[in-house]
Amino acid sequence: MKTRTADRIKIRRQLPTSPWLFAAPGLAIVAVFILYPFVSTLNNSFTDKRTLIPGEYVGLANFRELLHDDMFWIGLRNSTLYVLVVVPALVLLPLLLAMLVQKHIPGITFFRSAFYTPVVASIVVVGLIWVWMLDERGLVNAVLEAVGVGKVGFLSDQWLLLFSAMAVTVWKGLGYYMIIYLAALANVPRELHEAAAVDGAGAVRRFFSVTVPAVRSTMVLVGALSSVAAFKVFSEVYLMAGPTGGPAGEDTTLVMLVQRTGTGLTGRVGYASAISVVVFVVTVALMLLVLRADRKEDA
Amino acid sequence: MSTTEKAPAPVTGRGPGGSGGALRKPRRRITDENGRRMPVWEVVLRYGLLLAVLALMIGPFLWQLSTSLKGPHEDLFSSPPKFLPSDPTFHNYERVADTIPVWDYALNSLKVAAANVVTNCVGAALAGYALARLRYRGRKAATLVFILAMLVPVEGIIIAQFTTMRELNLNNTLIGVLLPGCVSALNVLLMRNAFLNVPYEIEEAAFVDGANVWQRFTRIALPAVKGTLAVVAIFAFMGAWDDFLWPLIVLSDPERFTLTIGLNYLHGTFANDERLVAAGTVIAVLPLIVLFACLQRYFFRGVGEGAVKG
Repeated sequence: MKTRTADRIKIRRQLPTSPWLFAAPGLAIVAVFILYPFVSTLNNSFTDKRTLIPGEYVGLANFRELLHDDMFWIGLRNSTLYVLVVVPALVLLPLLLAMLVQKHIPGITFFRSAFYTPVVASIVVVGLIWVWMLDERGLVNAVLEAVGVGKVGFLSDQWLLLFSAMAVTVWKGLGYYMIIYLAALANVPRELHEAAAVDGAGAVRRFFSVTVPAVRSTMVLVGALSSVAAFKVFSEVYLMAGPTGGPAGEDTTLVMLVQRTGTGLTGRVGYASAISVVVFVVTVALMLLVLRADRKEDA
Repeated sequence: MSTTEKAPAPVTGRGPGGSGGALRKPRRRITDENGRRMPVWEVVLRYGLLLAVLALMIGPFLWQLSTSLKGPHEDLFSSPPKFLPSDPTFHNYERVADTIPVWDYALNSLKVAAANVVTNCVGAALAGYALARLRYRGRKAATLVFILAMLVPVEGIIIAQFTTMRELNLNNTLIGVLLPGCVSALNVLLMRNAFLNVPYEIEEAAFVDGANVWQRFTRIALPAVKGTLAVVAIFAFMGAWDDFLWPLIVLSDPERFTLTIGLNYLHGTFANDERLVAAGTVIAVLPLIVLFACLQRYFFRGVGEGAVKG
């Protein structure tokens, strides 16, 4: 034991600069391209900086302007709706899917992989696939017409567009969260299910009294991951509703607004930064909310 | 993650793993986890549901593939819809290449993705090793820097990242696309955890034998974390190949587009030509599906490791 401690001390003394040489590339990248932009976003939000103009300190003027900016409220509404619809779906559906693929029946590895495929595809590919599927003359409408429902304007109506984008987000995320749940389900003691079955609990009852409590911490994790991702939604809506966010911009999300406001030669960097700050604050609040909900259920 | 993948050792009668054992018997009996025979209605129900979900998850990809193979004279909007092209042709793929420099875009994507793999593997392994193994003043602070960086939502800082790129004169370049994510904080922390799980005693023994820091890193520590390194490599490739928002912001010159931005451009300009857009999306997604088919294990493993940290 003693010699080992001595070795540790020697290891520590060897080449005092080398630890920093090892960490330097990573630290440099993260400092210059993540932490510095983060600080400068906070800083810029109090200025009227534009793409080609350094700008001056304007205090809270950007935030005051946000209060009267209809587009900002539309963005906040849409991003919030996104969380409210997508998160429950992504907490529940992948769990059911994981239960479906949990048993080692023949061919199950194939099904698991197939269900994961949308995760691997780029969001651009996924978005364009569904733009074609949901097109007025696309496959979904052809099927709907064949069964007598008639055509549905998935990509022309403001609300249908938003809900279609949400459905695409859920579709792409299912496989990812399914794999997370699969690992959690594997750790549920089999005896619990057996005991409940002996006591006469049906499948539905067992789901709520055995499975859900056993994977609850995973559900919280999925809730936290998916709510943060849902609030920052950009690509799905951008691709399906177009860069201007659908009819009259009514489908704009907050991150779309950041991108639209802050880029280009006349980009209002200061104002876009103020919107970004709102994105930060809501993201952190969502995380705290989910974690707190978890603790409350514990008590 | 792997526990669900491996078929458990054969066990007779009741007990864990009965199903895995049952699969190896010559007559395939479908059993539940207790080794009991699954009732026929449950088998039918399960496979029915599996096939329905399969159609929902894979169908849209196949429909896209089918659309891309349909010739100019075939009706795309026939009712009922036709799933198999009557006269399959690669003509649309040639047309994509005539419309946008799609192979150049693919090459650009490949360059960024390959570079992203190298920088993330090297940078994250080095930094992760420094955080896990080396003792120095400021190690806790360095760890904290990476944790904070992991928590920053990238979507919130893109405008400032873009401004930073302009100050460095790197906007509208592939280097600019690569740099912000080229050593991701999440990967550094993943590597740190992997190194922490390797027994320290071997490295101490190597130290006693006179191995220096670099030798211990390359000969002992790195080979022990090959699995995590593979996960980092795959997700770095996929992340760069699939990325959309950042390249959209940093690239303005159509000659330097990556594939995702090129597709967006194709869709924006030729939205009414479904065959063309379909062929473009197939070109973009096929490499990743092949990669996934070959390296599934690491994709699934990455979900587990990433979720625990992320």
